[in-house]
Amino acid sequence: MSSLSRDDVAKLAGLARIEMTESELVELSSQFGMILDAVARVQEMDLSGVKATSHPQPLENIARPDVVLPSLSPEDALSGAPAQEESRFRVPQILGEAE
Amino acid sequence: MALPTYDEVIAKWDPVLGLEVHVELNTHSKMFCSCATEFGGAPNTQTCPVCLALPGALPVVNEKAIESTILIGLALNCKIAPYSRFARKNYFYPDMPKNFQISQYDEPICFDGYVDVEIDTEEGPKQFRIEIERVHMEEDTGKSLHVGGATGRIHGADYSLLDYNRAGIPLVEIVTKIVPGTGKYAPEVAKAYVAELRDILRGLKVSDVKMEQGSLRCDANVSLKPIGSDVLGTRSETKNVNSLRSVERAIRGEMIRHAELLNEGKKVKQETRHFQEDTGLTRSGRSKEQAEDYRYFPDPDLVPVTPAAAWIEELRATLPERPSLRRKRIKEEWNVPDKEMEAMINADVLDIVEATVLLGADPTKARTWWLGEISRIANDQNVAIADLAITPADVAELVALVASGDLTDKLARQVVEGVIAGEGKPSEVVAKRGIKVVNDDGALMAAIEKVCTEQADTAEKVRGGHLPAAGALIGAVMKETKGQADAAKVRELLLKFLGQ
Amino acid sequence: MIHQTAAQMADALAKGETTSVELTQAHLDRVAAVDGQVKAFLHVDSEGALAQAKDVDARRAKGEKLSPIAGVPLALKDVLAQKGVPTTAGSKILQGWRPPYDSTVVSKLKDAGVVIMGKTNMDEFAMGSSTENSGYGPTFNPWDLSRTPGGSSGGSAAAVSAFEAPLAVGSDTGGSIRQPAALTGIVGVRPTYGAVSRFGLIAYSSSLDQAGPFGRTVLDTALLHEVMAGHDAKDATSINAPVPAVVNAAKSGDVKGMKIGVIKQLQGEGYQKGVQSRFDESLQVLAGLGAEIVEVDCPSFEYALAAYYLIAPSECSSNLARFDAMRYGLRTGDTDGASAEVVMSATRDAGFGREVKRRIILGTYALSSGYYDAYYGSAQKIRTLIIQDYAKAFAQADVLVSPTAPTTAYKIGEKVDDPMAMYLGDVATIPVNLAGICGMSLPAGLADEDNLPVGFQIMAPAMQDQRLYQAGAALEAALLSKWGAPILSRAPELKGAK
Repeated sequence: MSSLSRDDVAKLAGLARIEMTESELVELSSQFGMILDAVARVQEMDLSGVKATSHPQPLENIARPDVVLPSLSPEDALSGAPAQEESRFRVPQILGEAE
Repeated sequence: MALPTYDEVIAKWDPVLGLEVHVELNTHSKMFCSCATEFGGAPNTQTCPVCLALPGALPVVNEKAIESTILIGLALNCKIAPYSRFARKNYFYPDMPKNFQISQYDEPICFDGYVDVEIDTEEGPKQFRIEIERVHMEEDTGKSLHVGGATGRIHGADYSLLDYNRAGIPLVEIVTKIVPGTGKYAPEVAKAYVAELRDILRGLKVSDVKMEQGSLRCDANVSLKPIGSDVLGTRSETKNVNSLRSVERAIRGEMIRHAELLNEGKKVKQETRHFQEDTGLTRSGRSKEQAEDYRYFPDPDLVPVTPAAAWIEELRATLPERPSLRRKRIKEEWNVPDKEMEAMINADVLDIVEATVLLGADPTKARTWWLGEISRIANDQNVAIADLAITPADVAELVALVASGDLTDKLARQVVEGVIAGEGKPSEVVAKRGIKVVNDDGALMAAIEKVCTEQADTAEKVRGGHLPAAGALIGAVMKETKGQADAAKVRELLLKFLGQ
Repeated sequence: MIHQTAAQMADALAKGETTSVELTQAHLDRVAAVDGQVKAFLHVDSEGALAQAKDVDARRAKGEKLSPIAGVPLALKDVLAQKGVPTTAGSKILQGWRPPYDSTVVSKLKDAGVVIMGKTNMDEFAMGSSTENSGYGPTFNPWDLSRTPGGSSGGSAAAVSAFEAPLAVGSDTGGSIRQPAALTGIVGVRPTYGAVSRFGLIAYSSSLDQAGPFGRTVLDTALLHEVMAGHDAKDATSINAPVPAVVNAAKSGDVKGMKIGVIKQLQGEGYQKGVQSRFDESLQVLAGLGAEIVEVDCPSFEYALAAYYLIAPSECSSNLARFDAMRYGLRTGDTDGASAEVVMSATRDAGFGREVKRRIILGTYALSSGYYDAYYGSAQKIRTLIIQDYAKAFAQADVLVSPTAPTTAYKIGEKVDDPMAMYLGDVATIPVNLAGICGMSLPAGLADEDNLPVGFQIMAPAMQDQRLYQAGAALEAALLSKWGAPILSRAPELKGAK
């Protein structure tokens, strides 16, 4: 039976930027076993030679012309901001460095 | 223990390079939305649901960006993928609204190309072929202002302010394969590669490619291995390399830093470092505890890019002459000395001068005008030469007027001023200002006689054989003729008049 | 008035027998009377709706040519952005957010003069099959208030079923329109993928999501379908082709000579007895109307659920990354000196419910390095096999059919702690989403054992949506004459209803 340990779940929660309580981690870990078994069924099939489908419709080359259209006003852009200053989004101290 | 010298480093170690260059495309609109890309807008005035990543927003790719990327790939001798896709690179950072970047992963649009560069060495010119791994499309992030810290940098800041105007600007990433075999020339080769890339991109007109402004960014990777070994060393990546000179300095600096560590038996850390302009050294970035898992997968909101072979050939036919070949050709055709060639390239007037020559002007004269008088005026006015109101056609006309004797060089300078001031074409300025070379011997003689009478003592001196004194008399004659006489002719007639 | 069909209301409006303001007010009154029990709506926009209604009446008075359903009220699933109106996707993380833009579907509805009454409840971010995963409490099935209306578009389905609105918009990623339609005794359609713009549809699983119409009749649903569908340049996955003639098909309703394929894998064991009975009867009805019933074999459908529960969480783990407390939505945990990273993580923990967190973690796992090929990569291959099975099946039949859901509406709280049991409810609807084709659920009657609605599912190839309406209308008419009255007339009267 496949499973994810509590530590595995904690690592994934870190990647997904969701701070989880201990009980949440344990609960998820226990539920995952069943889910993973179910989804592991995909590996039962012989999929060699089968191409992956990432799009139901065979669309290609959809693009837009290089034309400028009106942007949102800064008021609209910032309308949902939890905090703002001088027309910019104000966010708490960032610890990590940019890529 | 002191740092090894560069010579000591290359005596023992063999550098291997890798260069990643990001190019900002000069499209009108962003990569995946129709917001303007113009620089310098007030914060958050060039954003929309898409580039702000509002719930429900969807990307649609800019067709010009695809075209520009293919052109870049072709100019770098790449194969163009008949089928490529966008992929999501997932990580969290406040300057990246979706918390994933739309990029390309295992299916880039261009791959397997090369760029040839030439550098000058004591042993003469050397060629190097830099192989290109891939050229792909992606989008830029927003800009953060870090507030509260001492230096405006992220460390020690209390909070940050985000402006998303630049979020979604189209970027093309050009990645080289590893570059071995440069030996002691590694820094120069890297610099030459970036310079050549810049020239190629400029020739394609797909980007402003101004390193100081960030439309061309270079990340330099360096590792050292013992000479003769096949085992690659650990590499470090250096960011924030903002000029060609910095590319060279950064590589040299990193080679020395690596060598010092390795000589002492220490390990080189695989990390990102930041180049510091003032010291020429690199500073360690925050090392990540865990290598980030980007969980790449094909972006389900975008569809595959499958450029038609016919279209690719059409684009290939529009490629301009390779800059280095063009420069070679011009140098030979016009017989330009190296230093002048360099001066023209550095002042970025090669195109303008060539255009002037194509309109019939003598190459040397064309060069002299653009690099001399016009360049001086541009500097005075604090603008670029290309922004002045004088065109290659104007300069060609000017050169012709001087050649035919209708203007002296001195008068021609007045005409240049007039053209730049917006008074019209050279012929129009000449007419408006009444500029005329006084060629009429009679008029000249009248002026000469007048001056010699007024300055009889000086005239006597010249008659007596003291030729230098003639200078003052010539000056006076020029004044008399309102500067419209040909100074050489005046001298000729004056001396004759005074029996010399 | 509120018990009429949308088509009848539209007719009355056109004839001047009523105004949109009257019609809208009547529905708002109904909402006020019963929604305290049903809880279909998260936000009722009375002021906005009446203003829209007034505007449409004015346009009609000026003699302007209007869309067939102009002036008819509609309930909008809270997954679609509507400018200036609270839009939450059923999540606490978007509490109070008012979009600065309209989704394309909303723009089209506004252009057509449809009156948007308010936003309906849903499973959070469309993840769920019962609307119990809403961050704002569940919606209750008008047929039995102790039961779920299905999900994730439970609010929209309940609103139409309870006569709070004649039309509603939902979204369907794994069955979230069809299944609630089945459980509440109404009609719901999941259009072909790419037929309805996703611009402004808050994304759950991008390659599976599609907005679609609910109505109490096949014709009503068709009328809404035609207004909602159409190419959109702002959605790169949007199909550039004319909307299939669904209204005409709904009006013709002829199945003579139509080949109807019963999918072997989607019936029998695992399906509630009453559900299977109603399904079998409907097949007989269709045969009686001149259709030919054939059996088709789609072996890859056994793996559809597994593939779905890898693809959807993977895409959603990425789509939901944008909810990070930086630009909009909830921000919490920002006490003294907390870093952006801490605030992001604290907010996402506080703002997302259990099911959403479960799927994000599952998706993060399925995409993580070393696992991509085994999970997400393999699931995308299963998808190919499902598409191939459908293609083979559609070579033998014009439409395919199955019961919409294995059971009738279950009790609130019955499955919410058992995610696997919940997921199994989607087994018949999910293949449609994976293949990107279209599907409809319409009422097939009530199950004998519990007198609860049973849905009959019809499936058609991509961009052949009109076949759904053609077959659906035929079955609906035949069943109506068999029952003597619409199925909803058998629903219990709600307290306080007039």
